[in-house]
Amino acid sequence: MVAVLAMCALATVGITVGIIVMLVGQSWNFFNSEHVSFKEFFTGTEWTALQSKNIDDAKFGILPLLSGTFRVTAIAMLIALPSGLITAVYLSEFASKKVRAVLKPTLEVIAGIPTVVLGYFAVLVIGPSLQWLTDGGFDAFNATSAGIAVGILCLPMVCSLSEDALHAVPRALREGAYGLGCTPFETSVKVVIPAALSGIVSAFLLAFSRAVGETMVVALAAGTQATYTMDPRTQSQTMTGFIVEMIKSENEYGTVQYFSLYGVAIALFVITFGMTLIGQLVRRRYRESYS
Amino acid sequence: MTLHNNHSATIPEHTRPIKLPSDMPQSASVTSDPTSNPSNAPQLADETCIEIANFNAWYGSFQAIDDLTLKIPRNQVTAFIGPSGCGKSTLLRWINRMNDIVPTAHSKGTLRIHDLDVLSPSTDVVHLRRQVGMVFQKPNPFPKSIYENVAFGPRLHLKLRRGELDELVEWSLRKAAVWDEVKDRLHAPALGLSGGQQQRLCIARAIAVGPEILLMDEPCSALDPASTLAIEDLLYELREQYTIVMVTHNMQQASRCSNRTAFFFEGRLVESGPTDDVFTKPQQKRTDDYVRGRFG
Repeated sequence: MVAVLAMCALATVGITVGIIVMLVGQSWNFFNSEHVSFKEFFTGTEWTALQSKNIDDAKFGILPLLSGTFRVTAIAMLIALPSGLITAVYLSEFASKKVRAVLKPTLEVIAGIPTVVLGYFAVLVIGPSLQWLTDGGFDAFNATSAGIAVGILCLPMVCSLSEDALHAVPRALREGAYGLGCTPFETSVKVVIPAALSGIVSAFLLAFSRAVGETMVVALAAGTQATYTMDPRTQSQTMTGFIVEMIKSENEYGTVQYFSLYGVAIALFVITFGMTLIGQLVRRRYRESYS
Repeated sequence: MTLHNNHSATIPEHTRPIKLPSDMPQSASVTSDPTSNPSNAPQLADETCIEIANFNAWYGSFQAIDDLTLKIPRNQVTAFIGPSGCGKSTLLRWINRMNDIVPTAHSKGTLRIHDLDVLSPSTDVVHLRRQVGMVFQKPNPFPKSIYENVAFGPRLHLKLRRGELDELVEWSLRKAAVWDEVKDRLHAPALGLSGGQQQRLCIARAIAVGPEILLMDEPCSALDPASTLAIEDLLYELREQYTIVMVTHNMQQASRCSNRTAFFFEGRLVESGPTDDVFTKPQQKRTDDYVRGRFG
């Protein structure tokens, strides 16, 4: 019986190993090709895997895709982190029971929205609104509207994980602060948030990984042109967006263009894995025991 | 009353080095009329600091304190004793309005610190809590460095230069008899200290903002005997500058380190007076039973 349980537990390890083996094996086909060099991959500012029919014309520099992912993620974090943390502080420290009873289920509803719906929301509402506000300053598909939608997507996660962290701060610390003449606001900002910092930072890092890996919203709303720029108003194909496009495209399995998606996938994997690792380190470094 | 002043050797006579609000006559910063209590007036031994009259307190519909009247004199250690649930902690937590954060808590009656009406809705609780420091049952240092814990209150209320703040931190830690143990690691995490050191750090943190009164809610109940002794000695020394009100379950502790004792039972004050009297010739049978350990 225990053996069955152990098998189930080991399955997760097996799946992880399997994915890594698959990623490394397939991307080997890409990096091993005579048309691809590591130097170009990491420093090249053009990515034309989809556009070039002829392999000799294809350019495999990941920076345009990386910059697309970065633009969308940065905008998403700009939205999700402050509002998620402020909402969490409000819910945990100030909100009355009535307000909580409304706010918490609302956040859960947002968390339950399928990402494809948010993607359409970005295309049909956020994009046109931005164009209207700026008199056509934005492309129809752009990094900002995708970023805003991804931010909305990450908000409930930042909020609920931060609230858990704030909630875990012992009441004794709050009383200590009140006893020294802190106002409730000072207590939250100077004692409770610093005491919950490790949990809050790991919530931020998890949200960051989520935004980097988010696919459906960017595939719908961010556009299909990979350009190396910091301009958030233009089309911005992201790493995940490219992978989707490539799988949908007519490139056949076995071409270097096709294998390039594994190159991008392994880069994506390294980024999110790194984030998880940093999250663990932060937790360990800043965790305080209150027992 | 026997007292072990082991710590007097480790606390150099150190007058407060800088001009701070707490240097002012302490009562003056609480009273609405500073002239009513001039600092140069001779201090009467029994001058009332906290006056409680016909005081009632509830949690929701449960009455925790029933028509309680008590005067707490200045510069004395007053111990509140009594069995669990007798209302002694509740009263303590009303003196600095800590019960404001308990939504169901409410009260009626008179509670004055000198001329200040503590319970009045117009009373500035932030100001009140600066004047009435509190030390809790379980040591609760902030998860910051030792230095930052002590500097926390002053940073909040006073604009001090770096050097002044350093001096105030040292002064507070010396007063709380923990300086010698922490002076070489001021920037180490406070949570790395032992329980007794943490509690003395919390006392240092409380006195750094210059309170007149210190409320202590069973300050030694989470500590080992040696740390308890250190805190008790400290309390007796601090009495010279602070009015101390302490809740304790430990009768020996009350008899060792308090001058006055008030015995509570089921929300009422049964008896109060000089500690020696309460312990050796109590007026009430219930007090006698309790201090002899027959119940509670």
